[in-house]
Amino acid sequence: MKDVSFGSYFPADSFVHKMDARAKILIAIAYMVAVFLVSAFHFLGFAACLSFVILTTAVSRVPFFRVLKSVRTIIFFVVFSAILQLFFNSKGTVVFWVITDVGLLNAAFIIARIMLIVLGASLLTLTTSPVELADGIEGLLYPLKWIKFPVHEFALIMSIALRFIPTLIDETDRIIKAQKARGADFESGNIFKRAKALIPVLIPLLISSFRRADELADAMDSRCYAGSKNRTKYKKMRLSFRDLMGVLAVAGLIVGIVFLNKFYAINTLAQIAGAL
Amino acid sequence: MPVLEVKNLSFSYGKSQKAVKNVSFAVEKGEFVAIIGHNGSGKSTLAKLLNGLLKPTSGEVVVDGFSSNDAGAVFEIRKRVGMVFQNPDNQLIASIVEDDIAFGPENLGVPREEIGRRIDDALKAVGMKEFRKATPERLSGGQKQRIAIAGVLALKPQVLVLDESTAMLDPQGRKEIAAVVENLLKSGVSVIAITHYMDEAVKADKVLVLDRGVVALSGTPKEVFANKAALDALGLEQPLAGIIADGLRERGVNIPENIITEEELLGALWK
Repeated sequence: MKDVSFGSYFPADSFVHKMDARAKILIAIAYMVAVFLVSAFHFLGFAACLSFVILTTAVSRVPFFRVLKSVRTIIFFVVFSAILQLFFNSKGTVVFWVITDVGLLNAAFIIARIMLIVLGASLLTLTTSPVELADGIEGLLYPLKWIKFPVHEFALIMSIALRFIPTLIDETDRIIKAQKARGADFESGNIFKRAKALIPVLIPLLISSFRRADELADAMDSRCYAGSKNRTKYKKMRLSFRDLMGVLAVAGLIVGIVFLNKFYAINTLAQIAGAL
Repeated sequence: MPVLEVKNLSFSYGKSQKAVKNVSFAVEKGEFVAIIGHNGSGKSTLAKLLNGLLKPTSGEVVVDGFSSNDAGAVFEIRKRVGMVFQNPDNQLIASIVEDDIAFGPENLGVPREEIGRRIDDALKAVGMKEFRKATPERLSGGQKQRIAIAGVLALKPQVLVLDESTAMLDPQGRKEIAAVVENLLKSGVSVIAITHYMDEAVKADKVLVLDRGVVALSGTPKEVFANKAALDALGLEQPLAGIIADGLRERGVNIPENIITEEELLGALWK
């Protein structure tokens, strides 16, 4: 429970860490677009995305296992999507029982796509502190001030939410242990029973969150918080050559994928075998 | 002239009984005031009245010439009276130490370069200079609380209110905070500590004992802790040194009355 890597920052002094948060967010979005651009079964496109992730990880000095850990949290979702593809696909020729070759390809395709997206997203959150992230989003949303969108408030809410994720995870852990000590059973019974067993965890968690919110509001008031009016910012964001390089890299990735889509179509198992 | 003056202060939540009744006291520059009292004595309500988190029902708090009854002065008061609460986890708003400390000055509209200097000074004051880029999650309770204090110090307050800020800390953490308080007092910041721990209160210049919203006892620690019967009736303990001295005296050791600090106890025993 405590090892939720998604959303937890890995402090380091690297090329990627020093990049502007706004640029990193845009690059991450562009990267995800790139992953989605890979049309069906162009696994070479995924290989390109994967090398982009590996390269970025290497440059960011975040240990590879930290990045990989982010996949663990969504493994259930990945497996579920893959199984759906495997069993509910009637196209193609049957390879084994109800499983077709197209189903297999689809499953692999889905797995690769979700994993690559999560890897990219967690690289962003591992190399960008929540505050920078919120600042970055604030910076990117800044034009929305024109239509009276509360950009600063929105960004603050996000950064506080991110700041409290680990705290609330710790708290959940503690409550689960406390309820177990009181004889609560989270492991047996069917899925409904287990979901119901979580109620004694969720209610204390909710109540304590409200209490925390109350105290946080007092602490913020005490530190003279009065909304975005007349507020200065300590961190100034500046675009640098690093951001340009990042943008060029992701642009290269997109161009490469479009190119692969066009010229190296692979649509069947046989073709993959041939390509290998 | 006192930095902070509380005049006939009363407060009630809604229509219920008054949580704070007719409290008056003054805090001088660089003075250390301890407020003790059992749970529900109105200590925390009083703390929240000191920097305008609550509005007094009657009476006023005057800080550096600004009155709590003047609606426009609330930020002037908060700038001057910093507040640190019990749970460090619920006070830190950023995931990086320097960003958290910057929050207060940012709110005041302090220019960027000046914020950088204030972060330096605040971290130096709490002895955590090397933690500027650290994540609070990975710090100990005492360290987190020192960061919370630094976040308040960055506003350059004249008075620091510690609302049971050591209650969740281990002995090591409490020692760390005590050292910080000592430094602040030396630099001329006044400290008001609301606490359960009598051993913290004995170090104060002045102790107020609250009971059901009323100041039951006040004076120097010596004067207050001499009232053993009254403290007993209020459900408050003696400081540890006092308990030990009393126990020794009962067993026939020749030891003077009215010992409240560890140093005094050691001094008496070494004679």
